[in-house]
Amino acid sequence: MGKLESVKTPNESAARYQAGVLKYTQMGYWEPDYRPRDTDVLALFRITPQEGVDPEEAAAAVAGESSTATWTVVWTDRLTACERYRAKAYKVEPVPGTPGQFFAYIAYDLDLFEGGSIANLTASIIGNVFGFKPLKALRLEDMRFPVAYVKTFDGPPTGIVVERERLDKFGRPLLGATVKPKLGLSGKNYGRVVYEALKGGLDFTKDDENINSQPFMHWRDRFLNCMEAVNRAQAASGEVKGHYLNVTAATMEDMYERAEFAKELGSAIVMIDLVIGYTAIQSMSKWSRRNDMILHLHRAGHGTYTRQKSHGISFRVISKWMRLAGVDHIHAGTVVGKLEGDPNTVQGFYNVLREEHNPVDLQRGLFFEQDWGGLRKVMPVASGGIHAGQMHQLIHYLGEDVVLQFGGGTIGHPMGIAAGATANRVALEAMVLARNEGRDLWNEGPQILTEAARHCAPLKAALDTWGEVTFDYASTDTPDYVPTPTAS
Amino acid sequence: MRLTQGAFSFLPDLNDAQIRAQVQYCLGKGWAVSIEYTDDPHPRNTYWEMYGMPMFDLKDAAGVLAEIDACRRTFPNHYVKVNAFDSTKGWESLRISFIVNRPKKEPGFGLARVEGEGRKVRYTTRAYAAERPEGERY
Repeated sequence: MGKLESVKTPNESAARYQAGVLKYTQMGYWEPDYRPRDTDVLALFRITPQEGVDPEEAAAAVAGESSTATWTVVWTDRLTACERYRAKAYKVEPVPGTPGQFFAYIAYDLDLFEGGSIANLTASIIGNVFGFKPLKALRLEDMRFPVAYVKTFDGPPTGIVVERERLDKFGRPLLGATVKPKLGLSGKNYGRVVYEALKGGLDFTKDDENINSQPFMHWRDRFLNCMEAVNRAQAASGEVKGHYLNVTAATMEDMYERAEFAKELGSAIVMIDLVIGYTAIQSMSKWSRRNDMILHLHRAGHGTYTRQKSHGISFRVISKWMRLAGVDHIHAGTVVGKLEGDPNTVQGFYNVLREEHNPVDLQRGLFFEQDWGGLRKVMPVASGGIHAGQMHQLIHYLGEDVVLQFGGGTIGHPMGIAAGATANRVALEAMVLARNEGRDLWNEGPQILTEAARHCAPLKAALDTWGEVTFDYASTDTPDYVPTPTAS
Repeated sequence: MRLTQGAFSFLPDLNDAQIRAQVQYCLGKGWAVSIEYTDDPHPRNTYWEMYGMPMFDLKDAAGVLAEIDACRRTFPNHYVKVNAFDSTKGWESLRISFIVNRPKKEPGFGLARVEGEGRKVRYTTRAYAAERPEGERY
């Protein structure tokens, strides 16, 4: 239980509410004795105070500006249960190995937030405070949502388990590819890529984030051609196939129109971009739930605020918000591909999306325990500069419930798109078979691929073309804690 | 054509040692293994016929292999698959499914198109073999 509001004498109260400016710590936003309630929303910020601002005052300012405070004392506080509504900074500690930065833990009363609204949650937590002058920089690192709050959200419309049941695909990662070039193809040529990739062995193909309705290809043409391709590939393989039809558009009305058309054509899945905003995402989630549609989310734009460690929002927080908002797929990193991704940090995102319950795991950047209250699980998508030769590493880092998307690694195959797809599928199945047989993927991976390539010429060609390609750059978004060896 | 449902259909057909290793993996995870067969392999045919109940209490891969063999002897020209079911809270579904027997000849599927207004097409997938009655298809 939290500390009850302290009882103040009339004189103390009068002094507290005299017109003028007080430090945030003096206004009640710093309570080092506060013990968070089970029903509080918790947030962890990384703060970098300006010179001369002490960390407790900076933490209190963040608590204040993300809840009830303004820059000066207002007497109207006294018309409310203001001590309850004030967010409370309750712990500040230096970031290990990073002078000048501090972790500030802040607790928010549940009643500060409208249930089921990411827009309302974020208007408080990241509303004004990120431009606040006494801080040089501010980053939202993690959040904890009480089950009572989690239960006000519908969560993913389909979730990992039901998606697998609908597709009748179990026991292996799913395979996808984004159609390339991402811009410029006509509808007819675009559908050709979809058909070849699905017929060759992929489960899904995908529109890219910026394919909407351009002069070279209007959306209806894209949808009609893609669904012809999906159905042809389904008949050719006897498997359920899908193409993520991107319904991102200028208005909700346009998006609903496009989603309805995708439904009429029998598509199993539609897609949206993160840039449409939290409210639009929640609207499309509810539409998907009503229409038995899998909802894919491309995280377009996130790198502008998730990548740098000093300022912005960690993608683990975006992952939590998107699980609440209710998407079925979300791009969450590859570790080994061309885009940012430290292994531990990415595994932290995956755990947030896929687990029933997250324990504290500092090494993976999880600062709070989180109970997901039965909310369905989000399928992470690994996409961006990955190829068949990395299959053992991908399964080692990312596990089984993931969509592995090889765009260039399918379409750029020297023997053609279908061969590229087959190479990926054979590599994947051979690796899962070997893992289940108890083989050591990390060390034997390349050998397992070579063995599989003996009965699959396209895989051999893929390994010859890309086998050595790696993207070995230092990550910027890395954990602040490393495992401490314990005496045993 | 080759039906590519199941986890390992892009690999050469699994031999008995390979099937046993996969079954052992499933039993090691505490999953219940079951066997199903069909001569209607439509991609949306969710309910293949059950060859007995899921083997909840069987802990030995050899016993499962004997059941798989019995099923394959009874239905040599059907599709037969092995499933493993995980009853853990939050999953409560299949964890893996793979084909262990298939008809000698797989004629595949035809795609029927019903053309509607505005270039809209309604698609239906039909297995050529399923035109004939159950039991006479392959």
